[in-house]
Amino acid sequence: MHDALTATPSRNLMERLKRAGSGAGAAVVLLALVLVFALSSSNFLTVDNLVNIGLQSTILMLLALPMTLIILSEGLDLSMGAVLTLCNVVLALVAVKTGGLAFALAAALAVGLAFGLLNGTLVAALGIPPFVATLGTLGAAQGLALVVTDGQSVVGIPESLQQMSSGRWFAFVPAPIAIAVLAYVAIHLLLYKTRFGNYVFALGGNREALTLAGVKTRSYLVAVYALGGLMAGLAALLLTARINSGHPTAAIGMEFDAIAAVAVGGTSFERGKGWVFGTVLGVLAVGVLRNGLNLLSVPSSVQVSSIGVLVIVALLIDAFRGGRR
Amino acid sequence: MSVAIAAGKSGPLARLPQGTRSVIYRLLAMMVIAATMSFASEAFLTSNNLLNVLRQASLLFLLASGLTLVILTAGLDLSVGANVALSACLAATVIKATGSVALGVSAGLGAGLLVGLANGLLVTLLRIPPFIATYGMLWILHGVTYWFMKGETIHGFPAAFRAVGSGYWLGVPIPVYVMLLFLVAGILFAQRTTWGQEVYAIGANPEAARLSGVPVKRRLVLVYVASGAMAGLASIIYLARLNSAEGDVGEALTLPAIAAVLVGGTSLFGGVGSMLGTLVGALILTLVLNFMNLLTINANWQPLVTGVIVVLAVFLDNLSRKGDTR
Repeated sequence: MHDALTATPSRNLMERLKRAGSGAGAAVVLLALVLVFALSSSNFLTVDNLVNIGLQSTILMLLALPMTLIILSEGLDLSMGAVLTLCNVVLALVAVKTGGLAFALAAALAVGLAFGLLNGTLVAALGIPPFVATLGTLGAAQGLALVVTDGQSVVGIPESLQQMSSGRWFAFVPAPIAIAVLAYVAIHLLLYKTRFGNYVFALGGNREALTLAGVKTRSYLVAVYALGGLMAGLAALLLTARINSGHPTAAIGMEFDAIAAVAVGGTSFERGKGWVFGTVLGVLAVGVLRNGLNLLSVPSSVQVSSIGVLVIVALLIDAFRGGRR
Repeated sequence: MSVAIAAGKSGPLARLPQGTRSVIYRLLAMMVIAATMSFASEAFLTSNNLLNVLRQASLLFLLASGLTLVILTAGLDLSVGANVALSACLAATVIKATGSVALGVSAGLGAGLLVGLANGLLVTLLRIPPFIATYGMLWILHGVTYWFMKGETIHGFPAAFRAVGSGYWLGVPIPVYVMLLFLVAGILFAQRTTWGQEVYAIGANPEAARLSGVPVKRRLVLVYVASGAMAGLASIIYLARLNSAEGDVGEALTLPAIAAVLVGGTSLFGGVGSMLGTLVGALILTLVLNFMNLLTINANWQPLVTGVIVVLAVFLDNLSRKGDTR
């Protein structure tokens, strides 16, 4: 295990192998799922369907990446789905009222950032346990989404926004996938190539030492949650474009998929151990599971249950490998 | 030592133990809230409305009482609402299928208890942090309930069964008697039995509890089973009152139940709190939500207000803990 404080973004091979080892479980789970669905549905291993899985995974990716950082800091954000929902509704409302895409996106990002800062402040400054603080803000964001829409859908989204879902970047890459890949690269660099990244590991692994070293741990903790809120705002852009509307329950519960992806990816809920590429594999595993169950026409309720089981299986693998305690 | 500290503070309550004082402060706060409300709305101080508040608070207390034990161990059960939904739907299905209320009630109670047992095993055997284990359980139960209900609503139960939720005895709603019964049982368990004291000990310092011979894992399983069983019981009373069940029945109760425990002065960090406090917490929360109804404030505001109350309660608890250690 690398010592969180002294670890530099490691270039040495052993470190990399160890890091990869913590994500090996994720690769196994992903491969097993692909194998099962390839054998049970002839429609699974087609180019169209695989691209589809990629597209469907983009929103989850934008949530799971910052969730990884939050969980690395020994935190949790249960409000992410509700905040994404609120951002979706706000983005749709502003887009419909003004017709301006940039302004609508700015509004969604601002709402997301505000909730992220609120979460961070509650956790870091007021010392409220993350799962309770974000459970409270979950209620707040969900309530606000219902109040500003009066429980109704927001329709009449401008053409330009739909382009976000169907458009192509760099000639042929679907826009959502391009955004998700860019987000991954950015988070990877942030976590492994910057001081901020080292501190994130240390926040979970050895917060006491970090504080004693004179680092303003509270500010960094607030920043981690703020990043989560901001990414939820960005994810709202893709969500709104995909469902072509704002809906007050659009992404309720999506934080569970994100937490599942992080858990499957091998990031531990204690001690600041994890691997951000593992989260990518975890996101794909959740995406493959949902897609495969859809192809087998399994109802979405059972899909939710099966993701719960997936989390427990992932934690079991983690426990047996001795990664935890 | 503690007498000296108590004597150092002024006021008529200074001599009482800290736990009792904390409950009395909350009772006073509740009275202030109630008095304010009676000025603001004429409909508030009517016997009908007050009985209604009591009825709702009873349900909330039943759900929150098991949760209190869990939180006393510094754990959490996020699955209580989803457990109510599953147990209520199962009980409703069995009553409809067999025509037997007794079988249906047993199914609901049994389902709740088994869910609690599963939570307890996840937390103790697999060592999954409680909030993750019970949060995963929430979504598993959610999926199972929606799957077997298939979007349908079951309604229309025998009058004798409905009375459990909506009937009166001597002018007082029947759920209030159930609540009183479990309040007394809960207080006796927590304060007067070894097991209850061990629950407090685990919350205060699990390592010390283990070293002094407390079977920590078995007691932890016990509190999650208690939480599950109380969710099962609450589901029966909820079902009897609503006279109908669908997939999302009771799911929204998790946040208010947690709020009731925290407002009642039980600390999320374990070891501090009481059943009586949780009752006062349930009453305060029900009063606030009832008041919003009376003022015809959109029900969509309720999760927001409850969320704010939860955060505020934990914040104040933190402040008072810092004050105590100084």
